[in-house]
Amino acid sequence: MPAELSVALWRGAEDGRYETYRVPRRESQTVLDVVSFVQRHIDPTLSYRFACRVGVCGSCAMTVNGKPRWTCRTHVAKVAGDGRLEIGPLENLPVIKDLATDMQAFFEKWQRAKGVFEPSRTRLDAIEEIRPDSPARRAADAAIECINCGVCYAACDTVRWNRDYLGPAALTRAWTLVNDERDAGVAARLQAVAAAGGCHACHSHQSCQELCPQALNPTAAIAGLKRRTLAAYLKGEIEP
Amino acid sequence: MIHRLSGLALAIFLPVHFFVLGLSFHGGARLDSVLRWTDQPPVKLAEGGLVFLLTVHLLGGLRVLAIENFAWSDGQKQLATLAAAASAIVAFVFLVRVF
Amino acid sequence: MTVRLYLWQRATAAVMVPLVLLHIAVILYVSRQGLTAADILSRTHGSLPWASYYALFVAAASIHAAIGVRNVLTEWSPLGERGAGWCALSLGIALALLGFHAVVALVLM
Repeated sequence: MPAELSVALWRGAEDGRYETYRVPRRESQTVLDVVSFVQRHIDPTLSYRFACRVGVCGSCAMTVNGKPRWTCRTHVAKVAGDGRLEIGPLENLPVIKDLATDMQAFFEKWQRAKGVFEPSRTRLDAIEEIRPDSPARRAADAAIECINCGVCYAACDTVRWNRDYLGPAALTRAWTLVNDERDAGVAARLQAVAAAGGCHACHSHQSCQELCPQALNPTAAIAGLKRRTLAAYLKGEIEP
Repeated sequence: MIHRLSGLALAIFLPVHFFVLGLSFHGGARLDSVLRWTDQPPVKLAEGGLVFLLTVHLLGGLRVLAIENFAWSDGQKQLATLAAAASAIVAFVFLVRVF
Repeated sequence: MTVRLYLWQRATAAVMVPLVLLHIAVILYVSRQGLTAADILSRTHGSLPWASYYALFVAAASIHAAIGVRNVLTEWSPLGERGAGWCALSLGIALALLGFHAVVALVLM
């Protein structure tokens, strides 16, 4: 283990550049530890986001040595064997400053994909009985652990090439709700994800699946949406 | 990416392919003159490339159809490599036969 | 890509899987000796199976190539959805015309 790390951090907005810092190497050090060390001991003006530090909140994703990662659960030993780190803001999102990106477009696409639960009952109705081991509930549970970190969105080639594309996270959320038996908004949701920029724009490159820190499979979810929307289109339930 | 570039190249080649075959509309002589031209080694090599592109695009397409329609999605890297290898073999067989 | 284009793209792809396999087999088979127009025409002339095979192939390939090129242009060129759509439509029509011309030439002439 080297005594010191050579850490290049993105500084400034879109027109910024990488600046290199020297950070002491520690046992079990995470990439977020490295960024925090720079902010606390070298340059307090460094901007970046984090909250929970334990892989729950999804706010600390950055580009680490070329790949999007959740920095709080990414060990330096895993990504920087040679003692060099290059840490930048997430791709495919506008840079605000340093390592912080503007995630507005990412979250707006969740709305466009109708990623909001539409209740089919009111508080006056009895609670619906859902068996946890039913196939539909298992399909809905498959991606319920998404933490909205934006890693898949930053990794996606289709997002890079097609600004309208909803992206893996929003489409995976839509697939979760399509499988939720309690949801009443499936028709409108299928319509939303079948339009231009929806699930059919996906090229199945599977970068999202490869890099998802929660080990979810957005490619499979999007493939599910492709089949469901195709069936709905053939039955005349949605407009082309 | 390989799938996209091979598809683009095939789309560019297709009009030429159709045009040349259409030459036989006025008898086989004009088609034959083009076919004689394709006997040159560099053109044969390029044809090998086309066979490779067609095969790799076919296999890439099978991969996409498999991912989209079956609950089966692991090992995509190995699949891509296998597709390239299989395409190379088919193209090589073609080249061996034409030379 | 919308659901309608997706359907046509994947349907033509599925149709072409056996067509392309046969095409590759034919390429490998006939490449043993050099190609001549007489060889090709003796195989295709007046043959209904070859005529329908190539006609189906041309139709599927024209649609498939046009939609594929449309997607590439949308993502990689500054044309936008509409411009890419018109370019792709022209390509599809041109491919179909040239292709059917070739089929007619090989089978009937």
